[in-house]
Amino acid sequence: MRPTLTIERCQLGSESFVNNETILSVKGLKTEFVLDEGTAKAVDGVSFKVDRGQVVGIVGESGCGKSVTIKSIMGIIQKPGKIVEGRIFFRLKQNEELVDLRSYDSRGEEMRNIRGNDIALIPQEPMAALSPVHTIGNQLVEAIRLHRNISKKEAEKVAVERMRQVGMPSPEERMSVYSWQLSGGLRQRVMIAMALMCNPRLLIADEPTTAIDVTTQAQVLSLLRELQSAQELAMIFITHDLGVVAQIADYVVVMYLGKVVEKGPVDDIFHSPGHPYTKALLASIPTIHTPAREELPTIGGSLPHPFNRPMGCPFHPRCAAFIPGTCDKIPPTLTKISSQHSVSCFLHSENLVDTQ
Amino acid sequence: MLAFILKRLMTLPLLMFIFSVLAFILIQAPPGDFVTSYVAELAASGSSVDQLQIDALRQLYGLDQPAYMQYFKWIWRMLHGDLGISLDFQKPISELIGQRLLLTVLLGVATLIFTFAVALPIGIFSATRQYSFLDYFFTVFNYVGVATPTFMTALILMWLAFSQFGITITGLFSPEFADESWSWARVIDLSKHIWLPMVILGLDGTARLARILRANLLDELNKPYMEMARAKGMPEWRLVLKYPVRLALNPLVSSLGWYLPLIFSGSLIVATVLNLPTIGPLLLRSLISQDMFLAGTIVLTYFGLAVIGTLLSDILLAWLDPRIRMEEA
Ligand SMILES: Nc1ncnc2c1ncn2[C@@H]1O[C@H](COP(=O)(O)OP(=O)(O)OP(=O)(O)O)[C@@H](O)[C@H]1O
Ligand SMILES: [Mg+2]
Repeated sequence: MRPTLTIERCQLGSESFVNNETILSVKGLKTEFVLDEGTAKAVDGVSFKVDRGQVVGIVGESGCGKSVTIKSIMGIIQKPGKIVEGRIFFRLKQNEELVDLRSYDSRGEEMRNIRGNDIALIPQEPMAALSPVHTIGNQLVEAIRLHRNISKKEAEKVAVERMRQVGMPSPEERMSVYSWQLSGGLRQRVMIAMALMCNPRLLIADEPTTAIDVTTQAQVLSLLRELQSAQELAMIFITHDLGVVAQIADYVVVMYLGKVVEKGPVDDIFHSPGHPYTKALLASIPTIHTPAREELPTIGGSLPHPFNRPMGCPFHPRCAAFIPGTCDKIPPTLTKISSQHSVSCFLHSENLVDTQ
Repeated sequence: MLAFILKRLMTLPLLMFIFSVLAFILIQAPPGDFVTSYVAELAASGSSVDQLQIDALRQLYGLDQPAYMQYFKWIWRMLHGDLGISLDFQKPISELIGQRLLLTVLLGVATLIFTFAVALPIGIFSATRQYSFLDYFFTVFNYVGVATPTFMTALILMWLAFSQFGITITGLFSPEFADESWSWARVIDLSKHIWLPMVILGLDGTARLARILRANLLDELNKPYMEMARAKGMPEWRLVLKYPVRLALNPLVSSLGWYLPLIFSGSLIVATVLNLPTIGPLLLRSLISQDMFLAGTIVLTYFGLAVIGTLLSDILLAWLDPRIRMEEA
């Protein structure tokens, strides 16, 4: 029997954990990279869930483990990386029970059938993610033919259709073009079309707008938003830019050094942030009210090396509200401050511990 | 693609002209000429030649004329399909070279195929199973392969074959077929003999190629397109063959340009050791006897093979890599 997660069992832990609409539920995920120099705890106990039609934004500085989190979910972590703990529950079909993806062999057929088919990825660098010696058409067709038993002709039809959907001009002609002949924005559209080839249930976008200029960024964002709401897609949107999160996400997970430091609905995060790190991130977003040429506040200090993370709260060396004797001694736990909003900080520790 | 090939072909005549001049200079470089070494040979065997006879010989072969005249006469005849006669063998050069050239190319191509057929799987395996036992094994094997001179391998194998099994493994044919004209039986005899020189000649290249491929592949295996292909749900072996191997192959194909001529000419010592009826040993002999037209023709043939090799590798590379194809067309 594969471990499945029934609604009843979850309710024992927490009243708001999963519901019928939940597509993905990550619980206590830990992924490590064992290197000669030491062990990097890239993801250190991350939990969150994604419901149907919901966009979950994962935010955090470079190196905080965003990509490793989603690679773990997809089962494409490569050596020397390894998932050491946690569960990844995924609903393969509506009205079916959630299945723990970790019970599958990550290279095995079952997991491969899920990758690209049920869970699709829009990668961080579209240029590097496309092969320079294969045409766009070839790579799009491949994406669907890996999962559907259809002819090349039919697959090409779907590919052209998807490219039209993502607003690619003259899609038929683009089929025979190579990635390096496209602009950054069009390349990202190709990646989105590729992710949509098999009508996935969960779309994961890993900083899809980092590699492109600001105007194109806005176009790609609104395209993703449109596609997502039209198909009620569940989506994980990764970025290090809270400003982008505000535009697209319903729910926000803030990560710091492989840990979730705060998570909650987008309005709560923006209007009543609980963690000093979230506050600092918010303060560094430029707004129309920011006077021109005034320097934006930056977060002091730098990200510690992953091998020697600080004792206690990982953020305490850079924290403005650091409580000596507490923050540098005991690790804080994720605590609910409202029904859907939790913070991992001693400033809120009088509240209930969140069991998710 | 066609435009690309035509463009390449157009540079051929110029290249061949430059190479013919180079070949001629090379042949002329040693002091003296054929008559000098001929006379020396005669003198060594006790007979003497008087100056009159020497001059007559020089005149006969056109060796009394200035170098540039000799060059133009040589080229002029070559352009009309007349390779001239070997001064040493007193036979038409085309007759001397014909079959040897065929066997040389045959052996070269066989060696090339062997090289790729063995190096590709080794390289791919070593890279995808980095630091496994077999990877270490192949690494050592490759170092030995690169470090051992080819003629040494040939000598060792010859000695082993003779001392252990009492057989001689020289030549490309059994004695009864050596001077026969072509027949099915002769082709079959050739196929029985060609594999050993092929392995000996290919060992060095195989080791090099496997090492380069492993290094190239290790670079490619960490690229984001690998992750993307995995995220699409592609089986690992299929993905490795479709993307990284394909990309790691490009630098190998471009190395074909220098590798092909290397097999053809590099076989000189091995061919001599193994007594192969290829053009290598003939070149050696013609150089010793200063048989200038024969040597010149052979050197020019090598150049020709090198040019063809480069051309083939360019075309192959353009066909494999659209970036090159489109940039140059
Ligand atoms: N292949 C690897 N080998 C060793 N360590 C790794 C590897 N990949 C990731 N890590 C470790 O995991 C940490 C998190 O990496 P990750 O790629 O998830 O960061 P990220 O949040 O996606 O950052 P970015 O915004 O730059 O993409 C890194 O700091 C690094 O220590
Ligand atoms: Mg990342």
